[in-house]
Amino acid sequence: MKMMGMKQMGHMSKRMMRNMIGLSLVTALAIGVAGCGSSNGGSANSDEAKVALLTVTSGGAAAYGESVKNGAELAVEEINKEANSIKIKLQVEDTKGDKNEAINAMNKVIHKDNVVAVVGPMLSGDMFAAGPIANKNKTVVFTTTSTAEGITEIGDYAFRNAVPESIAVAEAIKQAHEKLGFKTAAIMYSNNNDQMVSVNKTAESTLQSLGVQIVDSETFADKDTDFSAQLTKIQRANPDIVIVASLYQEGILIVKKMREMGMTQKVIGSNGFNTPVFIKGAGAAADGAIVGTPWFPNKDDQKVRDFRAAYKAKYGTEPDQFAAQAYDGMYMVEKALKDSGSTTDREKFRNALANLKDFIGVTGKFVFDEKRNPKMDVQVLEVVNGQYDALKGK
Amino acid sequence: MLIQQLINGLTLGSSYAVIALGLTLVFGVLNIINMAHGGIFMIGAFIGLLLVTEFHVNIFIAILGAMVGGAILGYALEVCALRPLRRKQVSHLAPLISTIGVSIFLESVALLIWGPQTRSFPTEFTGSVIDFQLFKISTVQIISLGTAILLMVALHIWLKRTKIGKAIRATSLSTETASLLGVNTNFIISLTVMVASALGAAAGVLVGLTFDAIEPMMGVVIGFKGLAVLILGGLGNIPGAMAGGFILGLAEVLTVAYGDSSYRDAVAFGLIIILLFWRPQGLFGSKDKGGRP
Repeated sequence: MKMMGMKQMGHMSKRMMRNMIGLSLVTALAIGVAGCGSSNGGSANSDEAKVALLTVTSGGAAAYGESVKNGAELAVEEINKEANSIKIKLQVEDTKGDKNEAINAMNKVIHKDNVVAVVGPMLSGDMFAAGPIANKNKTVVFTTTSTAEGITEIGDYAFRNAVPESIAVAEAIKQAHEKLGFKTAAIMYSNNNDQMVSVNKTAESTLQSLGVQIVDSETFADKDTDFSAQLTKIQRANPDIVIVASLYQEGILIVKKMREMGMTQKVIGSNGFNTPVFIKGAGAAADGAIVGTPWFPNKDDQKVRDFRAAYKAKYGTEPDQFAAQAYDGMYMVEKALKDSGSTTDREKFRNALANLKDFIGVTGKFVFDEKRNPKMDVQVLEVVNGQYDALKGK
Repeated sequence: MLIQQLINGLTLGSSYAVIALGLTLVFGVLNIINMAHGGIFMIGAFIGLLLVTEFHVNIFIAILGAMVGGAILGYALEVCALRPLRRKQVSHLAPLISTIGVSIFLESVALLIWGPQTRSFPTEFTGSVIDFQLFKISTVQIISLGTAILLMVALHIWLKRTKIGKAIRATSLSTETASLLGVNTNFIISLTVMVASALGAAAGVLVGLTFDAIEPMMGVVIGFKGLAVLILGGLGNIPGAMAGGFILGLAEVLTVAYGDSSYRDAVAFGLIIILLFWRPQGLFGSKDKGGRP
C-alpha cells in the first residue's frame, strides 16, 4: 500500500514537472515576443512609414484582391514620387481568404514587422477573425473592402472606408424603387457567407419599410453552380424585381441562367456586382443589373479621370470599386500620417485618422462618422449595354 | 412547375451519375475509392474548354478529346499512384491517400496554369432554349442528358456483352483467380482506370457546359456528391450509380422546389442516411458480392 502510494506520487510529480517545464517555456516565448514588440515599436521617428496591406492574391477571391493590391500600390507609387509627402513602405501579405492565414499575417506584421498601421484585411470574414488582434495591440486596422454589418464594432482601432453593404444595398433598393416603382420582389442570397446573410437582412427590412411584398426568398451556397431549381421557383412567383446577394462568380451564373430561362426582371445586386469582371463574365445577361456604390467610373471629375488613366497605363485594365477604395485608403493613410507628425506612433496615427477632415478622393468627399464608418454619398448604377451608367427611370 | 423541376433534377442527376460511374468502376475492380476522380473531372473540363476556344472544334469532338486526355491521365494515375502500392500489398487506405495526393497535385497544377478565375464555354455553346409550353429545356441540357445516358448504356453493354467486359468482371470478383485463368490482370486494371477516368473527363465537359463554371476547385464538391451516389447505389454497382445519381439530383431539386432551399443538401443527404439504414449495402448492392458488378 505504502509503496504504491509512493509510486503514484513519483508519477504525479514527474508529470507535474513536465507540465511546469512546458508552461515556463510557453511563458518565456510569450514574453520574448511581447518584448520584441515593445522594444522595437517605440523606436525613433524615421522618414519612411511602414504600412501593411492584407489582401487576397490567391484562391477564389483573388480577382478582388488583385484590384485592392493594384489600387494601393498605384497610390503608394504616386505618394512616394511627390516632393513633400510622407514616404510609405507598403508590405503586402496574402491571407488566401483563410481566417487562420489572416490571423497569422496580422500577428506577423504587428509583432515582427512593426508596421504603424494595417490596411485590410480584404474579406469581412478575415476582418472579423484578425481585426481583434490589431485592436488588442492598439494598432489601426483599416479595411477598404469589408462591407458586412458590425465591422467597426471590433473596437476603437477598426476603421473602414468601404460603404457598409447595409447602406449601399438599402440605398440601391430605395432609389430603384423610386425610379422603377416595383411592388413585389424576390431575394436570393448565399447562406454560408456572413456578408450575404447580412445583406439579406438589410434587403428584407428595406423592402418592408417601402411596402414591397417579398414573394420568395431562396438561398444557395458559395461555389454552387446549379441555380435552376431556385430560379424556376422565383420565375413562378413572378416578382417585379430580383435581389441577389452573392460574390461575382455566383452572380454571373445567376443572371445568365435567369436570362436563359427568359426572366427579364432587373436585378439589384450586392457589392460583387460592381466590378467589370461581372460584366465581362455575364456578357449581355449583365444588362439590367443595378448596384449601389461610391465608385462611379464615368463621373465628370478630374480626379477620377486621372486615376483611371494612371491605372490603365500601369495595369492595362479599368479600375473597379475595390481598386478605387484601396487607392483612396492609401491617400487617407498618408494624410493621417502627415497630421500625426510621426511615422511610427500607432496611437497618434489612430487619432489623426479618426479626425481626418476635408478629404476628397476618387470616391468623393469623405469623413469617418463617430463609429469610424464612412460618411459619403452612394451612387446607384445600372448596367446598360455592358457599361455601368447612372440609374435612370423607366 | 413540377415538370420543369423534374427536368432540372434529371440534368443535375445525370452529371452526378456520370461522375459516380467512374468511381464505381474503379471500386468494383480495385476495391479502392479513387479520390483523384474529381481532379481528373476538372482537368477534363479544362481540356474540353481549350479544344473549343483554341481549336474551335465541335462540342462532341471536345468531349472525345477530353476523354482521351482523361484516359492518359488515368493511365498515369494507375502507373504512378496505384500499381506500386498494389505490388507491395499494403492496406486499402494507402491508395486512398495516394489518390488524394494526386487530386491535390492536379488542382495545384490547374491553379498554376489557368489561375483561380471561373471560366465558361463561349455563348454559342450554351445554346438556345426550346419552349414546350409545359417546360423549357436548353439544347445544352439535351446534349448533356443525352450524352450521359449514352455513356451509361454503352458502359453497361461493354461490361456485360464483350470479352474484355467479362475479363473486367472476372478481375473484380477475384484478381488471383482471373490471373490463373489467363487474364492479364494488370492490363485489365489499367484499362479500367483509364475508362473510368475518361468517363470522369467527359463528365467534366458536360458539367462545365451545363453549369457554365469551370475552375480548378470544381471537382471537390461534386467529387463528394459522387461518393455519396456511389454508396447510395451500392459500391461498385453500375446501374446503382446511375439510379443513385438521378435520385440525388431529383431529391436536391425537389427540396428546393417544395421545401426550403437552405435545406437542399440536408434533405438530400438525410434521405441517403435513411436509405442506408434500410439497405446498408446500397440500393442495388447485394450482400454476398459486396455490391460488385
